Parts: sequence; structure tokens; C-alpha cells
Amino acid sequence: MLAKDIPPGRLSLAVADFAGAVALWPLWVRLGWHDILFRYRRSLLGPFWLTANTAITVIALGLVYSEVLRMPIRELMPYVCIGLLIWNFISAILHGAGEVFSGAESYIKQVRLPYLLYVLRFVWSKTIILAHDFPIFIVLILCFGLWPGAVAFAAIPAFLLLVLNGALISVSLGLLSARFRDIPRIVTSLTQIVFLVTPILWTPEMLGPRIYLAYGNPFFHLIEIVRRPLLGSLPLAEAVWVSLLVTVLNLVVAVALFSRFRARIAYWL
Amino acid sequence: MLLDEVAVSFPVYQAGSRSLKKRALFHGSGGRIGRDAHQRIIVEALRGVSLSLKRGDRLALIGPNGAGKTTLLRVIAGIYEPERGVVRTRGRISPMFDVSLGIDAELSGYDNIRIRGLLLGLSPRAIEQHLPDIAEFTELGGYLDMPVRTYSAGMILRLGFAVATCFEPEILLMDEWILAGDAHFLSRAELRIKRFVGHASVLVLSSHNLDICRRWCTKALWLDQGQVRAFGPVDEVIADYSRSASS
Repeated sequence: MLAKDIPPGRLSLAVADFAGAVALWPLWVRLGWHDILFRYRRSLLGPFWLTANTAITVIALGLVYSEVLRMPIRELMPYVCIGLLIWNFISAILHGAGEVFSGAESYIKQVRLPYLLYVLRFVWSKTIILAHDFPIFIVLILCFGLWPGAVAFAAIPAFLLLVLNGALISVSLGLLSARFRDIPRIVTSLTQIVFLVTPILWTPEMLGPRIYLAYGNPFFHLIEIVRRPLLGSLPLAEAVWVSLLVTVLNLVVAVALFSRFRARIAYWL
Repeated sequence: MLLDEVAVSFPVYQAGSRSLKKRALFHGSGGRIGRDAHQRIIVEALRGVSLSLKRGDRLALIGPNGAGKTTLLRVIAGIYEPERGVVRTRGRISPMFDVSLGIDAELSGYDNIRIRGLLLGLSPRAIEQHLPDIAEFTELGGYLDMPVRTYSAGMILRLGFAVATCFEPEILLMDEWILAGDAHFLSRAELRIKRFVGHASVLVLSSHNLDICRRWCTKALWLDQGQVRAFGPVDEVIADYSRSASS
């Protein structure tokens, strides 16, 4: 009868959840920080242990793979470095996404907060980790004298697109995993395979005539749009298009799942 | 605050099949165990619960273990959105269910007050304003600068209570644990609650301690197997409840 008596639709509740979560930024910024500090509490280097770990991996893999692939180290090391940094971000999201909601059970059951707050907190803390790793790349290109120039700024919108995709997949995987607890295990094994089949330690040209194996891989394109500008050239148009397409699909799935099942999350935990 | 015919049931995914024998033997106080349209096991935690409270009301939830008291508190808090029925609340809700929520044992008392305040929906500025008042109520003094891992359970309780009540919430929800404090704390807590219930707030307290219910509350709701057995003035409902419990 009266407009105010009609219960708000699921989609508008989902949108309200998002707006509420964004508005609570002081909370998730803080919680995201604590998530990182918590792991390195009372250690001397603190979160810079992350940086140290990544630096060692990059140097070791760069040295070995430039021998294995017979490529000059000056070319391969920065490529491997930035590829690994981006991949670490992607795999951290995929590994952790299943526990975005189930890991926040104690919060969800005690206090009503927008559900997407937990997604923002999660993606934010993974972004901080990447920020800790990024100086390695800067030091590396300074050492090799490979300044990419102004084209590097194209990596910023590309990275934001990657973060958006990370947040969207976290919503979908977090929801599904809250209900079906096998999903995180499946995702973990798939993530390892994706790492091996995606050109991160090697370049797509090495596939020779089978280069379509790289071009058919959406992860390759998502990495490329960030990696290319930082190495001094614009990404290929097809990488941009595939990335945008992936984002749209990701968005549709996340919105559909979240608006349908948002109210059920508390019951599943 | 208004609840109309609220029903909540939980799917239980790992319960396996339930035999007829188990069902026939089930006479406990908990929510009824049933099946939904997909033949999944569900626990009907609340069935057709209706109540309305107005400003200044203090409600005690009583009933045996598993009767649905905590579930009802969570429904009022908006954590469980009911499958059927309507929940309408006006005003800021301050839930106090878990004393250790958001407590980071490595951080100082002050930092934990800030996190808890944010969790309860306060702005950073409002928290800084309330900080002296909170610190005063906790009576923790120098401990507030120390990491919370040095605190006793009772000290954490005081900290949580002080934050939850600092901004005079319109609706305060409390579960059992609040009564774990010492006598000194309880009398101070009672005073503080009386004060802001005086300024038009609603208190809902779930407890087995009938003495405290009588002292703190004006109304009572007796829940049994997820249904309302009685709702009315606190003395009458508690008298009925005690009669049934002792028989």
C-alpha cells in the first residue's frame, strides 16, 4: 500500500551494504593494518620480513631462470620481479578469499556490520603487503638503469582494475566458501597450477607457435596490463579488452551472488 | 522496537540423518528440529515471536538453555535477518555479546577502546571525546597504557562495558557474561544503565540470574523451545517461570 511498507529489494540492500562498508573506512583500514602487524608482532623487522622474503625469492629465481632460459639477467630479472609481485598479490587474494567471511565469524555473530567491510579489510591488507614488496622492483630497475618513463603511470589504473577484480572474486569465493567449506581447498590447488601455466617466470614468446596458451589465460592479461607499463611499454589492446571483460563478468557474478545470499551468511557460519 | 511473528531456523549441514528414535526421544528445551523443503535438517530456533518495547523499557529474557535467548538477541541486533516476520528498531543498537570481540591482546587498553568504538559505529572523533569518560569508568588507570594481555578477564569486561555504554545507546543488548563482574563492578554497571535507561533507552538482558533480572528489568519474556511462553511485568513472569522450573 504505502511505499515505505514495501521491504527494500535485495539489490538495494546489497548496494546499501557496500555504501555502509565504504563509509566505515577508518575501521577496515585499521583492522587491515592489524592483520599484518599481528603476524609479525615482536619480530625485529616486522612486516619488512615480507620484503626480505620476496627479495630473496626474486634474486634466486632471477639468477636461476636467466641461466635456464638463456636470457640476459638485465632483461629477465625485472620481468620476473614485477611478475612475481603481481602474482603474489593475486595468489594471496585467491588463497585468503575463502576465509573472508568464515574467518570473521566472531565479528559477524557479535555485531552487525556491513558484510563488504570484511572484503575491503582483506583486499586492503593484501594491498599493503604488495606496497611493502614494491620497493624491491624500484631498487632493481635503478640498479639495472632501466627507468620505464612516463608510460609507467599507465600501471596505476591497471592496478586499480586488478584490485577491483580481487575484491569481486573475494565476495564470490567468500560467499561460496562460507556455505561449502571445500571451495578454499579446490582454489588452493588450482592456484598452484595457474602459477605454473602463466608466463611469470618465463615469457609467452617461449611458447613459440603455442602462444595461444598464454593468450587464452585471463590471468596473463591481468598481469600484463600492470607489468608492461612498469617495464616501459603500453599493454597490448587485447590485454586491456580481456581484462575489462573479466572485470564485467566478475562484477555480474559477485553482485548476483551477494544480493541473493547476503542475508544468509550469518546463518551459514 | 517491534518484533512481529519472527521466525528463525538454522540449516544444519553436518548433522547427518536423524532417526525416528532420536526424534521421539527429544523432549529438551532447545528449538524444534525439523526439515525444510529440501529435506535438510533445520533447527527452528525461534517460532512466531512477537513483542514490542517502548522507550524506557528494560526487558529480561529468561528460559532454559537453548530456548533461543541468544538467537533472539542477535535477531534484535540485526545479525540474523529473520526468514519470516518483521523486526523494526529505532535508534542506535549497542550489542554486548562477546567481551573479547575485536580485542587485540598485544595492543594497549586505549587502542582497544578505539577499535571497539569503531566496531560499535562510533566515529574516530566521537571516540576521542568519550575517551576520558570511558577511562574513568573502567577504573583501570595505568593499565590502559599496557597491552591487554596483562589484563584479567574482569578487567577486559569492564573495558568492553565502558565502551558499549559510553554513547548512551538507544538499545542496549546484553548476554549472560556481563554478570561475571565483581560486586563493585555490578553495582556501578547497574547505576550506569539506570541512568541512560532514564533518558529513553531500551535494555534487553538475557540471563539465568533471576535476582538480577528482577532488579534491573521491568518486563520479562519467557522463551521455551523458541516460542514465547509468557511476556509481561517482570515479577509475574518470573514467578510463573520459577513455579514451572521447580515442578
